[in-house]
Amino acid sequence: MSDLTTLEQTILTDIATAADEAALEAVRVAALGKKGSISALLATLGKMSPDERKTQGAAINVAKDKVTQALTARRDILKSAALDARLASETIDVTLPLRDPVAEQGRIHPLSQVMDELTSIFADMGFAIAEGPDIETDDYNFTKLNFPEGHPAREMHDTFFFNPKQDNSRMLLRTHTSPVQVRTMLNQQPPIRVVCPGRTYRIDSDATHTPQFHQVEGLVIDKGSHLGHLKWILHEFCKAFFEVDHINMRFRPSFFPFTEPSLEVDIQCRRDKGEIRFGEGEDWLEILGCGMVHPNVLRACGIDPDVYQGFAWGMGIDRIAMLKYGMSDLRQLFDSDVRWLNHYGFKPLDIPTLAGGLST
Amino acid sequence: MKFTLSWLKEHLDTDEPLEKLADKLTMIGLEVEQIDDKAKALAPFSIARVISAEQHPNADRLRVCMVDTGDGGAPVQVVCGAPNARAGLISVFSPPGTFIPGKNITLGVGTIRGVESRGMLCSAAELQISEDHDGIMELPADAPVGAPYAQWAGLGDPMIEINLTPNRQDCTGVHGIARDLSAADMGKFKDPGIKPIKGEFPCPVQLTVEDSTLCPGFALRLVRGVKNGPSPEWLQKRLTSIGLRPINALVDITNFMTYDRARPLHVFDAKKVRGNLTVRRARDGESLLALDGRTYTLDPAICVIADEHGVESLAGIMGGEASGCDENTTDVLIESALWNDINIAQTGRKLGVNSDARYRFERGVDPAFMVPGLELATKMVMELCGGTPSENVVVGNPFGEDRVIDFPLHEVKRLAAIEVPLVEMKRILSHLGFMVAGSGPVVKIAVPSWRTDIGGKADIVEEIVRIVGVDKVPMTPFERGDAPRKPVLTTIQLRTRRAKRALAARGMVEAVTWSFIAKPAAELFGGGQAELALANPIASDLSDMRPSLLPGLIAAAQANANRGSSDVALFEVGQVFKGDKPEDQLVAASGVRHGFASAKGMGRHWSGSAEADALDAKADAFAVLAAAGAPMQALQIVPGGASWLHPGRSGTIQIGPQNVLGYFGELHPRTLEALGADGPLIAFEVILDRIPDAKQKPTRAKPVLELSAFQPVSRDFAFIVDRAVKAGDLVRAAQGVDKKLITGVTVFDVYEGKGIDEAKKSVAIAVTIQPREKTLTDQEIDAVATKIVAEVTKKTGGTLRG
Repeated sequence: MSDLTTLEQTILTDIATAADEAALEAVRVAALGKKGSISALLATLGKMSPDERKTQGAAINVAKDKVTQALTARRDILKSAALDARLASETIDVTLPLRDPVAEQGRIHPLSQVMDELTSIFADMGFAIAEGPDIETDDYNFTKLNFPEGHPAREMHDTFFFNPKQDNSRMLLRTHTSPVQVRTMLNQQPPIRVVCPGRTYRIDSDATHTPQFHQVEGLVIDKGSHLGHLKWILHEFCKAFFEVDHINMRFRPSFFPFTEPSLEVDIQCRRDKGEIRFGEGEDWLEILGCGMVHPNVLRACGIDPDVYQGFAWGMGIDRIAMLKYGMSDLRQLFDSDVRWLNHYGFKPLDIPTLAGGLST
Repeated sequence: MKFTLSWLKEHLDTDEPLEKLADKLTMIGLEVEQIDDKAKALAPFSIARVISAEQHPNADRLRVCMVDTGDGGAPVQVVCGAPNARAGLISVFSPPGTFIPGKNITLGVGTIRGVESRGMLCSAAELQISEDHDGIMELPADAPVGAPYAQWAGLGDPMIEINLTPNRQDCTGVHGIARDLSAADMGKFKDPGIKPIKGEFPCPVQLTVEDSTLCPGFALRLVRGVKNGPSPEWLQKRLTSIGLRPINALVDITNFMTYDRARPLHVFDAKKVRGNLTVRRARDGESLLALDGRTYTLDPAICVIADEHGVESLAGIMGGEASGCDENTTDVLIESALWNDINIAQTGRKLGVNSDARYRFERGVDPAFMVPGLELATKMVMELCGGTPSENVVVGNPFGEDRVIDFPLHEVKRLAAIEVPLVEMKRILSHLGFMVAGSGPVVKIAVPSWRTDIGGKADIVEEIVRIVGVDKVPMTPFERGDAPRKPVLTTIQLRTRRAKRALAARGMVEAVTWSFIAKPAAELFGGGQAELALANPIASDLSDMRPSLLPGLIAAAQANANRGSSDVALFEVGQVFKGDKPEDQLVAASGVRHGFASAKGMGRHWSGSAEADALDAKADAFAVLAAAGAPMQALQIVPGGASWLHPGRSGTIQIGPQNVLGYFGELHPRTLEALGADGPLIAFEVILDRIPDAKQKPTRAKPVLELSAFQPVSRDFAFIVDRAVKAGDLVRAAQGVDKKLITGVTVFDVYEGKGIDEAKKSVAIAVTIQPREKTLTDQEIDAVATKIVAEVTKKTGGTLRG
């Protein structure tokens, strides 16, 4: 018996001292393998007497169980230690700087962003978006809009012309988006509710003028729309666009050939260190012109001014974009300087919605 | 239009304060641009006497003055650099704390080279009352020391400038402005009648008008025996207060009438006029030395006044030097005429001459005031210069046309949503000079002769609204009613928006460049046609409408590189022009990338850096097309195609040869050289209008999803092919083997180099086979694989890589 006890002690010692899983496997094979020491002892049972077999068998099996348990326990320890050792050798530098996602680096131009903002607001009020060509006829840009031939009002628009054609007519670059209103009225029966954003051109170049700029105009023609509606729409628009709870507006009589009565609109503001705050302050800032569509314009577009009536307004997109976002120099809008675009531009996922906020 | 408060009060009896008058002017449509109130701005400046002026101990050019400021206190020490600072001089003093307008500073107590200075003696320029900055002002010895300077100097009359709209000719005179203010309850309009002055002899100069369309009316009179010289101080002050230069009494009278009554006049020195006067078209070759000292070359489109000698005056614009009045003039011919507004505007523009007369005539002068204007001028001439008047010579209609508008009273409510009682309408209109007959519902309204801008009912509404006040128009919610909540953007508008966001999401930055570019640049991209060249470009490099966005973007990329940002990815989505008709204007989406501005990541980075290449441009173009809703499966890629691209590193995107959607690739070195840009630069262009419209579907439901119960199988193949073989052809060959079973073919490796024949490359593809009805056996899969190898070999000449 002492042999079995000695053997068991020897094996348990070998298990406890096995340094790694391979050494442990060797111990297992030496004890429990086909030719292992405990397997050899079990093989002797067959030659024993039944009584002897009973006592010896039980003793050997107890020893085998002990060894098996010790092997499992030791294997778990060694496996865990081996994993720890491997992981200890596997490290990365987590401080390595990431590359910015490309979607964070791209930019939408402030003009595109503001056009999307305008579209959201006016679409919500039930306006469709109309567009027309940049190269226009004199008729659509001036004559149908009640600019008489030779009238000084034409000179208020410093016009880019193309060379005369054989029939002496000449095309021009539209000086406002109003020809789109003409096209709309000629192609569509009232009721009409459209806004017309687009690029416009005048011969002008200084700190506050560029030869190309952008306008958005609105047009409503039906049987009952009046100045009171116009005031309301512009008021609602300004609150929504500038994202303020209240805004003070001043409507002044003015003159445009295509509207009668004509009004200019100022908004009250306070300038403070490059920022403009609306709804407070001492300054009045002119932002748009508007009025009831002139009967001559309606007539020129085939609409009876005694049956239909309506109003129109127009404002500079570049200008309101600059006011809202604090851009100081109009010319930079067309400079394509990536430093400026990165700063004033918008990320591609900053999509303006009325539900989510235009600029938040 | 400029005037002063006291001038206004000559025509308006009012006690309203300046601020209220100014606000009212703005609110009735006569927008006040600025008020120059010198008395207010110069209030702290007072008259002072220099008691002593000693040399500054530490500065050669400075003097230390003791100044009596007249406030009864001790003399004030002032350090002054003016050479004329001397004892006894009466000048203008400002104490510390004064804002000096000419220097844009607020004065403090200073120490100048060790000597304290408690104020300043001022030059006229420092007060912004003249350009004179040579020394401090020198006032007469009897100027009252201690009195406010501005008041003493007669600068107490605030100047008001109105930004006049082109329709209001009647308000180019102070008289008309006063009339508007009286209608707006700002005082009583002073409008005493003008008495005709009886002529004492027939006018010796005969008048012929050859073309009454150019000159609808002409009134003329001689005043004999005048004495011309400087005009009286009140008149000179009127003119200088609005920035005009007094010349002599006769000329000053015409300028005064222009601004006071919106009635331009001209005076000829009768002794310098030979024979009779004729109004006619100028003849080719004629010219005139005008009063502004310039000589104008004339032609038959220009209307002139001529005597027997030749042209004496540019009708309605400017008189001639030769017949002008000076201090020797004794007999004066006064002209009060009417001119064709369009002809005046055209002549003025053609000759480049701006004058107060042109400004008024091209806006339409009051025809009925032609003769009264002449009478008033005659009266002034006789009062200021004496003389004996002739009878008037009047040609044409001196009354103007009667204009009567049938006005439904409801029109005010209809257009402006305000209720104005008839009696209020009548009050307003009669103040403005209209006459209203009847009591409704439709009244007759006679338009005053000076309101050439009033033509119809809407104009009457405007008159009433602007005087009642636009603020009285009630804001009225504009209901959208049952207008359907459907998308309002058109297809092209949606494509434009999506293209922009798709490109920005690929790291590109949106630029907005000019619609016009230099002609050579336009020509490089297929533009430069005659009908797209501006007749009056603002600069030679902004002369032609762009046929492509790329010249602008290439220039922008180069400008950024010059500023130190060379890894740039720029895009633009905007209009390009193929002709001058509306349908020739298309919306393009284009982009350029330079340096390490790859779509995989910008700039150099430890995780791997790649310079942007032609296939980045292809990916950009595809991103735009996908976002814009193009049928991606139908797109064909053809090598090369655009002259401005590298022939071997570019491609054309098309749906059949008839519909080219765009191009991508590396820009041609010759294109870059011509545009002065550094390469390599990669670029793409997609025309959004050319994308076929998607089919309209009746509902928004997506097609039914079919999920296969059987697992897909993937098989890899590597083929050795000639380098010229297109990967696209290889993929198509594999795909074509069984369109039902083969659901995907991807290229996962392309290799050229070691281990492969120099003229060859290896292209590895992974083919996904999706069983439809049952799991495929190994034999069936092998059969498909064999067919794939055979088909690829047949189509590309490739062999399976061993």
